[in-house]
Amino acid sequence: MTELAATPGAAPQTGQYADKYIRYFSVAAVFWVIIGMTMGVYIASELAFPALNLGLEWTSFGRLRPVHTSGVVFAFGGSALFATSFYVVQRTCRARVWGGEGVMGFLFWGYQAFILMAASGYVMGITQGKEYAEPEWYADLWLTVVWVTYIAAFVGTLAKRKEPHIYVANWFFLGFMITVALLHLGNNVNVPVSLLGAKSYSVVSGVQSAMVQWWYGHNAVGFFLTAGFLGIMYYFVPKQAERPVYSYRLSIVHFWSLIFMYIWAGPHHLHYTSLPDWTQTLGMTFSVMLWMPSWGGMFNGIMTLSGAWDKLRTDPIIRFLVTSIAFYGMSTFEGPLMAVKPVNALSHYTDWTVGHVHSGALGWVAFVSFGALYHMIPKLWKRERLYSLRLVSLHFWLATIGIILYICAMWVSGIMQGLMWRAYDAQGFLQYSFVETVAAMHPFYEIRALGGLFYLSGALIMAYNVYRTIKGDVRTEKPYVTGPVAVAA
Amino acid sequence: MAKQEKDPVSGVETTGHEWDGIKELNNPVPRWWLYIFYVCCAWSLVYWVLYPAWPMGTWHTAGILGWTQRVEVEQKIADAKKAQSGFTDRIASSSLDDIRKAPDLLNFALAGGKAAFGVNCVPCHGAGGQGNPGFPNLADDKWLWGGTLADIYTTIKHGIRATDDAETRPGVAMPAWATDSAPAKLTAAQISDVADYVLSLSTKTADAAGATRGAPIFAENCAACHGDKAQGNQDMGAPALSDGIWLYGGDKKTLVETISKGRAGVMPSWTKRLDDPTIKQLAVYVHELGGGK
Repeated sequence: MTELAATPGAAPQTGQYADKYIRYFSVAAVFWVIIGMTMGVYIASELAFPALNLGLEWTSFGRLRPVHTSGVVFAFGGSALFATSFYVVQRTCRARVWGGEGVMGFLFWGYQAFILMAASGYVMGITQGKEYAEPEWYADLWLTVVWVTYIAAFVGTLAKRKEPHIYVANWFFLGFMITVALLHLGNNVNVPVSLLGAKSYSVVSGVQSAMVQWWYGHNAVGFFLTAGFLGIMYYFVPKQAERPVYSYRLSIVHFWSLIFMYIWAGPHHLHYTSLPDWTQTLGMTFSVMLWMPSWGGMFNGIMTLSGAWDKLRTDPIIRFLVTSIAFYGMSTFEGPLMAVKPVNALSHYTDWTVGHVHSGALGWVAFVSFGALYHMIPKLWKRERLYSLRLVSLHFWLATIGIILYICAMWVSGIMQGLMWRAYDAQGFLQYSFVETVAAMHPFYEIRALGGLFYLSGALIMAYNVYRTIKGDVRTEKPYVTGPVAVAA
Repeated sequence: MAKQEKDPVSGVETTGHEWDGIKELNNPVPRWWLYIFYVCCAWSLVYWVLYPAWPMGTWHTAGILGWTQRVEVEQKIADAKKAQSGFTDRIASSSLDDIRKAPDLLNFALAGGKAAFGVNCVPCHGAGGQGNPGFPNLADDKWLWGGTLADIYTTIKHGIRATDDAETRPGVAMPAWATDSAPAKLTAAQISDVADYVLSLSTKTADAAGATRGAPIFAENCAACHGDKAQGNQDMGAPALSDGIWLYGGDKKTLVETISKGRAGVMPSWTKRLDDPTIKQLAVYVHELGGGK
């Protein structure tokens, strides 16, 4: 080990890493973000203008909604995680992926096949009816094979590492992989009705099924969308900012506290239901205790930029990364808040929840992925730089306006909806009927769809920028001028 | 083994490790972070003592407040009922006419009726009771099954052709005249003529020749329920066809469809879903929508 540590962080040799399928995964991420968000804009428009259901079962909201959620979370987010985790683990271990391009090719095509199996089922009405776990048993089995191979390749690469220590980003990636495997197995214990049919039934039923589902659902957010993307943050923020990580000790403490606390928080999705009181209590209190473990990552990420804040003016990629951390901090404060029962009594079942998820998904998950893709793609294709930084900036502003429109509309609509549901008149009768609340939400549904359109247009600009970068083009444009930098002695 | 160095910008030492050019500073965990974390944990501990919290195999800690969600919701419902009991008890013991005559009861019944209507009736009859195709307008003065307080009450209480209520209004289902199951099967031409005749009763633009041919067909097959002058019959739920008000649509195409395939609208019985005072409030509210007799 001493010998190896003598040359820490040595420059990678060309061809040292298995990068071919990381390039594939990067392109897939850009492809799926456009599919997933187009679906999002379409179903948001369906909510505002139900005629867009077209009167067809295949295009109805209920079937397209999982295409949107899985398209964004698993297809886009998953492809981004595959790309970044292998990019990061090879470089921070100075080791080629265990199994090389063969295993990487299997993972790429295997995972894309899973996405197609899942999405085609949704449109045809094949679903387990479990949020974020809609794929039926045949797709679940296939994903299990792919996922176990993913863990094997990742752990195998860690085992081959030439660095004495495992970098923090890899802890988060590994935590994400192992927990997602457990969640996937735990929430899909189903018995197929027949070997040639798609339908299966869950082994547990009733409130137990609901609890297992939300143990899964919440930790899909916690480990897929949080731990995995914290792994991305821990590599790409210090790389792009060219600054050391703020605190090693904070990263250890918040990693372990996050991993330990998150897994308990699921019951907060089932407040005021037939779930036993004690389970609701644990879900709520662990959600509150989770606040600081979540914020540890935000603080470490933001403080990593100290000494490099001037780069916000000259590097739009840093803007994506910093803003993602800010949205991460905001939604991990909002989450524990909404898990507190009296707040949940107002927010539950309303658009506030939808807005909360999207401030995390659009602001945190997608922004940190965009930052990572913009950082990684020129390097993966050995280009000098991106085709255009100005277009990155345009993407940033379109996306930011989109998020603000989206989440503000959902805050107003959600809180209004919750207040209308619980409003009583002077004689103790409900003041509003359900349809009145629906009518009141209509303008906000339009604003939400508009926000989505802004966000999607930014993603399209990214796709163009990525395409030109891969082609090897460099746009002639006004460069960002680096201002005078104060360097401490 | 590790080579510690000072970061030139912050002056803080690194941990001495480096991965692909990334170093880590040896900053301590921030105090504010730790303290807020401790406060959250302490708050949770207190909450666990006060409320149901930890499973212990076959039982769980109940919390010293003795609180449960079920008791709370039962208490809240009981409180809400108690707050209204002055009025609901009087409504339960008063006749519909007496409710309408007492201003304070009427006021209460209208508020309660509006709330119950919004939750239970609006999806079919519309927010203002204006109706939808197949679901009658409740705000005008034309009634399929009677528009007195008692009629409206009975309709809500037992529904129309409700299969789960023996006291429902069965009425007479309109036959599908284009099928063999009709009392006398009509040809497409005959159905067209009857439709023209029915249209001629309320519009001047109907096909006069068809209407002339349709009149005797109407008299023979339709008048038994709808009346000689198509004035309707509330006992059967047979609508008047001469007033220009159409439940399913008054264009010829819809009329032909109605005559060909028949109609038998259904409304649920609310006996088992709403308590009697609520049904009384609904009856008063619907009666006051504009068209009560």
